[in-house]
Amino acid sequence: MELNNTYKVIVIGTSAGGLKVLKELFAALTPNFTLSVLVVQHLSPQSDGFMAHYLNKLSHLTIKEADAGELLLPNHAYIAPANYHLLVEKDHSLSLSVSEKVSYARPSIDVLFESAAEVFLDQLIGIVLTGANDDGAKGLINIHQFGGLTIVQDPAEAEVSAMPLAAIQTGKVDHVLGMSEIIKLLNTLSEQNHLGKQRSI
Amino acid sequence: MEQTEHQNEIQTEDIELELLLEAIFKKFGYDFRDYNKAHVKRRILQRKQSLGLRSLSDLQHKTLHEKGFIDVLLRDLSINVTEMYRDPSFYAAMRNEVLPILKTYPYIKIWHAGCATGEEVYSFAIMLKEEGLYHRTQIYATDFNPVVLETARKGIYPISKIKEFTANYQQAGGTHSFSEYYLAKYDSAILNQNLRENIVFAEHNLVTDSVFAEVHLIVCRNVLIYFNKTLQNRVLQIFSESLIKGGYLGLGSKENIMFTDIYPFFETLDSKNKIYKKKVHLP
Repeated sequence: MELNNTYKVIVIGTSAGGLKVLKELFAALTPNFTLSVLVVQHLSPQSDGFMAHYLNKLSHLTIKEADAGELLLPNHAYIAPANYHLLVEKDHSLSLSVSEKVSYARPSIDVLFESAAEVFLDQLIGIVLTGANDDGAKGLINIHQFGGLTIVQDPAEAEVSAMPLAAIQTGKVDHVLGMSEIIKLLNTLSEQNHLGKQRSI
Repeated sequence: MEQTEHQNEIQTEDIELELLLEAIFKKFGYDFRDYNKAHVKRRILQRKQSLGLRSLSDLQHKTLHEKGFIDVLLRDLSINVTEMYRDPSFYAAMRNEVLPILKTYPYIKIWHAGCATGEEVYSFAIMLKEEGLYHRTQIYATDFNPVVLETARKGIYPISKIKEFTANYQQAGGTHSFSEYYLAKYDSAILNQNLRENIVFAEHNLVTDSVFAEVHLIVCRNVLIYFNKTLQNRVLQIFSESLIKGGYLGLGSKENIMFTDIYPFFETLDSKNKIYKKKVHLP
């Protein structure tokens, strides 16, 4: 697998079965993780930020609900709040919107992916995990189009395979991987960023 | 190679977007230049796409030359997604923590800024009625968009929303039966006329207009999230000047005054529901 790029940001989309895989992922990412992570998990409108607290406890990364206007930091993960779309601005700050649902979802994975795609271009990795609809497929096409890396969880392994399958059907997916391989890949990237920095010093 | 082409494309599009917003401001007086760009761009590109236009320059041409087209863009750029008692805990907090204090004033003035189609204004009207305060309250409900204000004035909403409104009303601590407040007719729920008695609906643009009135409570929910820092500070300054000492400010659940210029002049009454109180003794 060629990894000769300096990726800076990861966007992740998931719905049904998502909490379990997000837990697995965030528990396994290495300390001093050099990338920023943005997550859209479809939630009920009544959810109250529990997920961010829960994931934060088990991860080396600082994981929080996204606040409007905050700047992306490495080693941090930001979860889209229930009932808000999450978008990225040109200056790498986050913004929220309560505009119409997109494909019945708010937050929408496509909305995050599309806005991140044109801000981060080839420094972006888009990942679609387990889920029950086709949100994220359109967004992955954008990420691919702007030079980012696209990854989908192996449908055979996903708790609900509809979302990974819809993503794969776009034909714009670079890698179909199991969770353990995704984790290994992301940790390797973080490691390479560290080495790259040392070399440049 | 491909990336540079894309970057070039994005750069051109961003220039065109800036020019379009400039044109809208110069020609019509609506100022979206200090809105967060990601959202504005998304909405504008959707419009471009649905019209089958080649570029935002074409959209600019249409905006400047085609009579009435600006209304379409205004609708795209204003967020009119709202519901009665949105975030019920906010209304419960208002009822339990703010209204008991407002009760002590002989006359209560409330400014609901950015009220969109009015659902949350009527939510307040109902709450004030149930607390026996409505007859001595004046509510100013404002929005920059005359089209949504017209809907707000009518107080007629799709009957399909009633189930959600009713659930919200109950969670917000409503003391009656929600069905007392509307009349179902075909596909519509018509809110009771008397809820409108003390509400004044008026056009007011937070971006370009100034202080509106001196009031005891300002409600402005999910408006500031669309503004950049400069514009947020401008609007919050207007709010601060419009509030009496000891007056209250209620924002949307993901909005915060903590990193803004007015923070020293306010205390936090409810950090979860984003309710602030203007200090009586200003620093």
